[in-house]
Amino acid sequence: MDRIDMDRLKSGEVNLGTSIMAVQFDHGVVIGADSRTTTGSYIANRVTDKLTHVHDRIYCCRSGSAADTQAIADIVHYSLQLYTQEFGAAPPVSSAAAIFQKLCYENKDALSAGIIVAGWDKEVGPSVYNIPVGGGSFRQPWAIGGSGSTYVYGYCDATYQEGWGRGEAVQFVKNTLALAMGRDGSSGGVIRMCVITEDGVERLFVPGDQLPKFWEGHEVLPAAVTGANVIDPVPMAVE
Amino acid sequence: MTSIGTGYDLSASTYSPDGRIFQVEYATKAVENSGTAIGLRVKDGIVLGVEKLIHSKLLVPGANRRIQTVDRHIGMATAGLLADGRNVANRARDESSQIRGLWREPPTVKELADRLALYAQAYTLYSSVRPFGISTIFGGVDKTGPSLFVVEPSGVCLGYHGAAVGKGRQLAKTELEKLKLSELSMREAVIEAARIIYIVHDDNKEKEFELEMSWAGDETGGLHVPVPADLLAEAEQKAREALETFE
Repeated sequence: MDRIDMDRLKSGEVNLGTSIMAVQFDHGVVIGADSRTTTGSYIANRVTDKLTHVHDRIYCCRSGSAADTQAIADIVHYSLQLYTQEFGAAPPVSSAAAIFQKLCYENKDALSAGIIVAGWDKEVGPSVYNIPVGGGSFRQPWAIGGSGSTYVYGYCDATYQEGWGRGEAVQFVKNTLALAMGRDGSSGGVIRMCVITEDGVERLFVPGDQLPKFWEGHEVLPAAVTGANVIDPVPMAVE
Repeated sequence: MTSIGTGYDLSASTYSPDGRIFQVEYATKAVENSGTAIGLRVKDGIVLGVEKLIHSKLLVPGANRRIQTVDRHIGMATAGLLADGRNVANRARDESSQIRGLWREPPTVKELADRLALYAQAYTLYSSVRPFGISTIFGGVDKTGPSLFVVEPSGVCLGYHGAAVGKGRQLAKTELEKLKLSELSMREAVIEAARIIYIVHDDNKEKEFELEMSWAGDETGGLHVPVPADLLAEAEQKAREALETFE
């Protein structure tokens, strides 16, 4: 039967089973990603950089196949250089997103790529575009992607507010990614972030041992395991 | 090479010994025989004006337009061979929709004019074609504001505050230079453009002419459209009055 192959990754293909994110704030965008690259259960790279430069003020967050998304980002990078030559000015984020979208849609049968495009331009200021697997394109105030994102939609919906400044946006990205990395087995490592404004691109780094901490539970029967001084079982704390 | 001159003008792909391409210069001559076309880039938009010479009284008024719309926000006026203007306009429309497909945004006038300059230049390279016998004024409003460009038969493309091509271009240019173009409004520019076309029209030799005008800018919501009939009539009235006092 000639049907569409839904097993998007070939056996042994390097995967960005990922947590990625981008948030727009008043003067720019914050983008962030975890750093885990896997082939199956093996971590091929634990310090990957999934935040990829495509122009001076436009970056993308890559999820899906590492090979596919690198190739797409390379083509977009080339296209935006072409734009700069042709127009004599920096391209808008919308045009960058349009190229990503076209590539992802027209080759949807061959690709496994979920990309978030974000950046700053002269026309509209900061903007974030989500380009999920089928090759759609959606402008959003914030976007999350990758396998880890499924665990944190609720957190993002409950937390995000309009009118944030840089500090709040950075904290939001950091917290969201830490939560996603904590639940998603295919995400982890460190958090890499970029703050893109008119003035430039600043890179931020959170080491794996300094991720934001949330409630992590505690032993229900602390001493019972060691068997030192046996005490009566205590009911589990319900919060 | 007897009785056919030097032979250096037989092809657009042949240089003369002093480095000129005669076919391009002949194309320029074709432009110089045509009715004048002008373009004004002002504060809030652009205005195009054409002196369309009527070669037959049997023609329907408004026929053979020399101002054409390329895209919603860009227009062009040509001086030279009418048919070449049609071809360039079609090419410009193709380029424009191609740019929209590629970048998902309306093209800038500069980019469009640059592309048509490449197109015109390609017709100076091959013995199988002749260069376009037109100079084209591209005008419109885009994300950079109002802009105006001229593409010559040689393929050269330059931006202007005020542009004039065709027979009366010298006089039109001196009139344009007297204006403070960057302070004018679109409405004022329509009046001035009409006046200039009327001034440069040489009514000794020529028969009738029709004034053709279009504009794009704040007044039109960013669209390239013909100047409304009432404003055009007012501009022509004032142009005729100004002609009385001129010289």
